[in-house]
Formats: sequence, C-alpha cells, structure tokens
Amino acid sequence: MTVIADRVSQIEGSGIRKFFDIAQRMEGVISLGVGEPDFVTPWSIREACIFSLEKGYTSYTSNWGLLELREAISDKIYEESGVFYDPEGGILITTVVSEAFDLALRAIINPGDEVILHEPCYVSYKPCTVFAGGTPVCVATGVEDKFELRAEEVAEKITDKTKVIILSYPNNPTGAALSKKDLEEIADVATEHDLIVISDEIYDKLTYEGEHTCFSSLNGMEERTILLNGFSKAYAMTGWRIGYAAGNNAIIEAMMKIHQYIMLCAPITGQMAAIEALRCDDETDRMVNEYNRRRRLMMAGLRELGLSCFEPKGAFYTFPSIEDTGLTSEEFAERLLMEEKVVVIPGSVFGDCGEGYIRCSYAVSQYELKEALERMGRFLDRL
Amino acid sequence: MDSKEKEIFGILQENARLSDKEIARMAGMGEEEVKGIISKLESKGIIIKYKAVINHEKAGIDTVQALIDIKISPERSTGYDSVAERISKYPEVQSVRLVSGEYDLSVLVLGKTMHEVAYFVAEKIAPLEQVRNTVTNFLLKSYKEYGEIYEAEAKGKRLAVSL
Repeated sequence: MTVIADRVSQIEGSGIRKFFDIAQRMEGVISLGVGEPDFVTPWSIREACIFSLEKGYTSYTSNWGLLELREAISDKIYEESGVFYDPEGGILITTVVSEAFDLALRAIINPGDEVILHEPCYVSYKPCTVFAGGTPVCVATGVEDKFELRAEEVAEKITDKTKVIILSYPNNPTGAALSKKDLEEIADVATEHDLIVISDEIYDKLTYEGEHTCFSSLNGMEERTILLNGFSKAYAMTGWRIGYAAGNNAIIEAMMKIHQYIMLCAPITGQMAAIEALRCDDETDRMVNEYNRRRRLMMAGLRELGLSCFEPKGAFYTFPSIEDTGLTSEEFAERLLMEEKVVVIPGSVFGDCGEGYIRCSYAVSQYELKEALERMGRFLDRL
Repeated sequence: MDSKEKEIFGILQENARLSDKEIARMAGMGEEEVKGIISKLESKGIIIKYKAVINHEKAGIDTVQALIDIKISPERSTGYDSVAERISKYPEVQSVRLVSGEYDLSVLVLGKTMHEVAYFVAEKIAPLEQVRNTVTNFLLKSYKEYGEIYEAEAKGKRLAVSL
C-alpha cells in the first residue's frame, strides 16, 4: 500500500533542506537567509496584546475575524488606494498570507484549471496550486527585464483552461516591483481573458523606489482581484500569524467556508495586536528607512565584490548573480556556509530561472551586513 | 533642514562613528557631498558635538546625579535667561531646562558624592538672588538615556533560514 497521497508525493522534497538544517545548528553563523525583519514587534503593539490578555480576551473570534480589525483594514485600504472593501463580507482575517493564498486557490480552482505564476517566486505558490488541484504554468522573469512580469508573456501562456494569474510584487526573492503602467497592461490581459488575479502584496510598505500600486485599485480590477496582505513584514510581526484577504463578497464568502472548517478563526491575541499595529505607521516608517539604508549598503558592498546585481526596489532582498563563479547556486551557498559560515539562499529554490543567483536578505544589522560581505569577499577571492 | 540633511542627521543620530564613506553609501549620496553637508551642519552649530552614551553603573564609575527643581523670580529685562545662563556655566551642571509647572528650571547636576552635589546646590545655586526655592532629587537608577535602553531586552532567536 502506498501510504502517502500522490498529490503530496509529486511535490519534490527539497534537497536543500539538509543544508538548511546544518545552517540552523552551526555556531558563529551570519545569516542572510532570513525572510523576516530583525526588529522586535514595536512595543505599543506588544503592549496592546498584553493588555488584551489582562482583560481576558482569550476566546474564539467570529470566523471572519474581529469586526474592529476588519473595519480598520477596510479604512486603511481605502485611504491608501481608494478601493472600498466591505468589512462585513469583503474581508477575511486569516493566519497570514500563506493560509489566505491556499484558501483563495481552493475557493476558485477546479481540477485541471491553469494558474499562471511568475518565477522566481515565493516557494509555496507552486505546491499550493498543486494541492488545490490546479496546474501551475510558470513564466520565467529575468534580470534583463528587471525580474518584471510582462503582460505579453502572460498572454502567451493563456489557454482555455487558464483561470488565475498570481502576482507578487514587491517580489520575494528578487526585490523587483512593477510600475503602475506594467500592472495596467496585466490588468488588460485579465479583463480580456476573464481571469482572476491573486495579488500577494505582503511587501507593499517596503517599497523604496517609486510608489506601490495596489492591483485592485486599477480600472475594473476590484472585482477580479483577491488582495492578500498581512502584518508580518511591515510591522515586524511574523510570529503573530495574522494576515487577510480582501475581494468581492462571493469569493471571500467561499474562502470563509473553507477557513471556518480548517482554522475556525485566526488567534484573537494576534488580532488584538494587529488593531494596534494599524495605528503604528511611524514605527513602520522608521523600519523602512533603516531597511533602505541597509539596501544601499548591501548594493554598494556587492558591487565592490564584483557581483552584478539588479537594484531591488522593494522587500528586503538582493538577488545577485553568481554565474561568473562557475558554481551552481546550491554549490555556492553550500560552500559559502561551510567555508565562511554565511547563509545565503540558492536562487534555484525559487524556480528554475533562479539558478545562477543567490538571495541575500538585508533584514540584518548593519554590523552583520558588513561582516557577511567581508566573509563573502574572502570566499570569492579564493575561488 | 532639507531631505538630504535630514537623512544624514537620522543616520548620525543612530551611530555617529560611521565614516563619511559609509554614510554616503547608506544615504545614496556621494562621499564629498556628505562631507560638505556634515561640515555645514557643524559650522552652523546644528550639530554641536558627538559623544558616547555610557552606562556608568556597568562601567563601575561612581557618580551621583541629581535633578534640581528651582523656583526663580524672573528679572525685568532678561526674564529667566540671565540666571539660567549663569547656572549653565558650572561644569557640574549637565543640563539646564526651563519647564512649565510648579518650578521654573530643571537642572541636572553631576558629582562624585551626594555630599558634593548637596554642597554645590547649597553653596552655588540656592544663594543666587533670583532663586526662591530649590528641591534636590537624587537619581537612584537609570533605565534609559538618550533614547537608549540600558538593559536591552533579549532578542528572540530568529531561524537562520526562512524563505
């Protein structure tokens, strides 16, 4: 008897996991492999959570999440992008974007439906698509296009089975962002072919050049877009596990149907903290300023090392090319860890077209950043 | 201040020991430009000085500090300024601030012993003609100075790898 379901077996068990385990246990490591802020959650947010515990808020919430939080999110989206989402029916509080992403796909995908996603991208998009019964159709983006997804490349992949386009800008792992014009062209394709767009905008606040455009604010996209966001990155709240989905009421209702049976609700303690977080824009600005300084510091450092790197516009990652070293990205990462105790993530983890690159996070202190660059310099000199 | 000055100011306030080159990199400016802006801020007296924030208790330096609340009779032509300036000149005095409330000046005095501080107040401050009344509050322990918490909280250990 085959115990494990085919659906799960067909997902590649990543060989990179062994390397990660070594990194996790090694002493004296400087890690640029982190995908979360190095800041502790701002005190006023933590304090609000403690206060809620003292007051005895330890119960379930509505399946939808606390109404006060949904209202605050609705206000925020309206203020920032002029799109109104109904706090009663158009917004669902989830345990971060990961859950929201899974719900979104499962709510709309029928077996065999095709899902267009751009690579390199966050590691869960492809497996989640498969788990939901969909067929991932990948579009490779490259450094010559600044890792930006082009509407014509999306159009080329469309068949009569295509149902969804997934967008994730600012992008993990490349730091790329799309201009309003580029997004509008993709929106036109979505309209023409009657497609849904799942837009993961978790890094929206971490935009350093130009302004972030919320995809649902584009003409006609409000109805077609499932907007995903959360509190992990902008408010340094990864451990709190609070995110949300916003969209038209029919889709959000369908997502809620799944959510109520698998999750019931997101933790109330995190939701109470999230309400306070939405009042803490100054703290976010302070953190974003600091990331921006580190971004420039890292770019200057990589240039000095002779690694060519596209200038990231958002998130907290750089994605330099290591092709000239003659090593694969996995070899590069493994040897850098073993020889200099610096963790970077091989680009191949984020899709085949990520081969030849490494992801280096600058969500580390300036001191660690400088030390890591120095170690990388020594490593490159020896190659 | 313009936005470039503000950015440099922000970087220096976090860490004043960075080199011009490092500041230039972080601010996305040229090194010469940074040098120019900083010397302008210095010559204008906007940046007064660069100092270290020291945890005296940890350093084992025995000092005594006291916050002195002072009630003043302001003078006709100079108000509080002349007496405040006079008090400021003593090297024992770390800061002099005009405040609202029951008292007028809040003065931080630094000395080696409680006796020395008390003596300073009694001998130098209290006898001033304009001083009507003083209250000496000795500092018992410092938790945060210049925006820096003395005993930084333990940072939770992040995973070395998260995607």
